[in-house]
Amino acid sequence: MSSGSIQVQGLYKVFGRDPAAVMPLVREGIGKEELRDTHGHVLALRNIDLSVPEGSVQVIMGLSGCGKSTLVRHFNRLVEPTEGSVSVGGVDVLTLPPGELRHFRQSVISMVFQRFALFPHKTVRANVGFGLDVQRTEERERDRRVARWIERVGLAGYEESYPGELSGGMQQRVGLARALATDAKILLMDEPFGALDPLIRADMQELVLGLQAELKKTVVFVTHDLEEAIAVGDRIAILRDGEIVQNADSQELVLRPADRYIEQFTLKINRARVLRVGSVMEPPNMELDSPLHCGADMSLEEALPRVSASPGEEAPVTDRDGNVVGAISVLRILVAVAGGRYSLGDGSEDRLKRILR
Amino acid sequence: MPEWLKSFPTLGEEFLRSVRRVFDEGYRSFSREYGEAVEAIFDPLLYLLVWFERLLLATPWWLVVAAVCALCYAATRSKKLVAWTLATLLVVGLLGMWEDTMRTLAIISISTLITVVLGVPLGIAMSRSDRLQAIFTPVLDVMQTMPIFVYLIPVVMLFGLGKIPGVIAVVIYAIPPVIRLTNLGIRLVAEEVLEASDAFGASGRDKLIQVQLPLALPNIMAGINQTIMMALSMVVIASMIGVRGLGQPVLEAVTNQYFAMGILNGAAVVALAILFDRITQAYGRRLRAIR
Ligand SMILES: Nc1ncnc2c1ncn2[C@@H]1O[C@H](COP(=O)(O)OP(=O)(O)OP(=O)(O)O)[C@@H](O)[C@H]1O
Ligand SMILES: [Mg+2]
Repeated sequence: MSSGSIQVQGLYKVFGRDPAAVMPLVREGIGKEELRDTHGHVLALRNIDLSVPEGSVQVIMGLSGCGKSTLVRHFNRLVEPTEGSVSVGGVDVLTLPPGELRHFRQSVISMVFQRFALFPHKTVRANVGFGLDVQRTEERERDRRVARWIERVGLAGYEESYPGELSGGMQQRVGLARALATDAKILLMDEPFGALDPLIRADMQELVLGLQAELKKTVVFVTHDLEEAIAVGDRIAILRDGEIVQNADSQELVLRPADRYIEQFTLKINRARVLRVGSVMEPPNMELDSPLHCGADMSLEEALPRVSASPGEEAPVTDRDGNVVGAISVLRILVAVAGGRYSLGDGSEDRLKRILR
Repeated sequence: MPEWLKSFPTLGEEFLRSVRRVFDEGYRSFSREYGEAVEAIFDPLLYLLVWFERLLLATPWWLVVAAVCALCYAATRSKKLVAWTLATLLVVGLLGMWEDTMRTLAIISISTLITVVLGVPLGIAMSRSDRLQAIFTPVLDVMQTMPIFVYLIPVVMLFGLGKIPGVIAVVIYAIPPVIRLTNLGIRLVAEEVLEASDAFGASGRDKLIQVQLPLALPNIMAGINQTIMMALSMVVIASMIGVRGLGQPVLEAVTNQYFAMGILNGAAVVALAILFDRITQAYGRRLRAIR
């Protein structure tokens, strides 16, 4: 089995005095509120199944308190499940003896924290080197790797600073370098940019995307911001009260939200920027022979100016190799951007057509 | 009114006396039997103490002054504090109290060293187990509230008069703050930093040495500061069991009603206390400033 994949099955987590005692109730489907008020236990996760392939970015999303942090902390066993299995690269994490668990955390999986969790008494250099220090990495090798990652996250020149002297964004760069320095295949990021303001956040997202393109790690990324989720994630799992409501890619999530809860999340985003031509196109039309073709992975925002050069016609959609895989029109784009509120085939299409002519 | 309501009923004078006698005899025969063996255990300590005292007395005064000032600067990086240290030592010397001050300095330094060597590990142990904390807390409370003379008795019975019983008495009296504040400092280390060390696979030992102790250090320094203050406050009492130094002239002054001598030596103890206090506090602040 690929060594950077994560599999979780039937995971339950109940916090409280005697979780095992209330598990029968939980399995019968008792509500989170009822369990808390009448039994004094907190239901954090309920029957989670999740599989993250090696090299992909899995986002975990949801409102505050829905169990995101608890879920990611199961992957490196900072939290013990009440029930269920967690395996990483085919290894059952829950049966690792203490020494092997430490080794697993040193070399296979590393973590970036929401509130940075840097060591305030250590310099940037020592913070980044912490993971290598506990592995007893040879000194020269450690210094070489530390220097490389400090450089890569853009902190060159700040080696001897203390975290307290740095801005939030820079502190999280330290957190990122600390996590990357161990060369672990898996990177857990628990709301890494939640404490940063929007501009710095965008910088950091860019940094992470650049790193991911280069390193191809398995990343589990927690956020409660859908824009961020779409920017970084291959798949996005949305949690509600400890359950996964939907786990899909961004196109699926926006075009076919599983329920009202998820739709609520998607209402505020810019659909024209998120949706891709390939996700909303019609089947290919053989007679198409327009020079105005669009790429399937273009966003609607990018495609619209091209297609609207001749608004009445359909433009061919091509894949990376230049094969025609579908057709797209201004109308189709507008309908998709409008958010399914004008569903095709109920006459609204004709109305739009008339408006456009 | 019956008799037992008027005056407090006791277990009987005869009975109590025999109980006391059993304890006293028991302890006396223990100290007769093992006194020398126990003393032998503490011999290295005695050597250390005597050696350090001789060193301070044999070294030319200006070298001692320079060394103390250099230590002060290394710890605090404050020129003002160095100036104060210099002034204090010079005044004390000019007033003829140099030798007694060196003796007191010796016993305070060694006592502090011992409290740290014993107290920090005890504090660490206490921080790692809630059960140990539950056991230690009342013991430390008793150690701090018990009148000093009460535990001077068994110590003197065992060791007779001299330096070693003095140091032991000082250590017992002054050790609680170091233990308490080491424990507190470690327990106050933020949960998220500990979680981060766990997430990187740090062992318990790495976590203690690399994270918990350094972050607890300002608190531990506060404990050491209190310990030094308490040790200095024991100087006069320790002189009652034969410890030489600034306490002895004070004791002499009390018995002979030498007013000026008492004031001067007392003032020297206070001056030492203020110096130690400022230096350890400034050092603690520097540790805090680093983070
Ligand atoms: N150690 C704990 N003891 C008791 N309850 C806990 C503990 N940790 C988490 N919980 C509870 O479990 C639930 C899920 O918490 P979790 O921290 O995973 O949420 P989250 O989705 O990460 O929220 P946030 O966005 O605020 O970080 C919450 O109801 C929380 O109160
Ligand atoms: Mg969280």
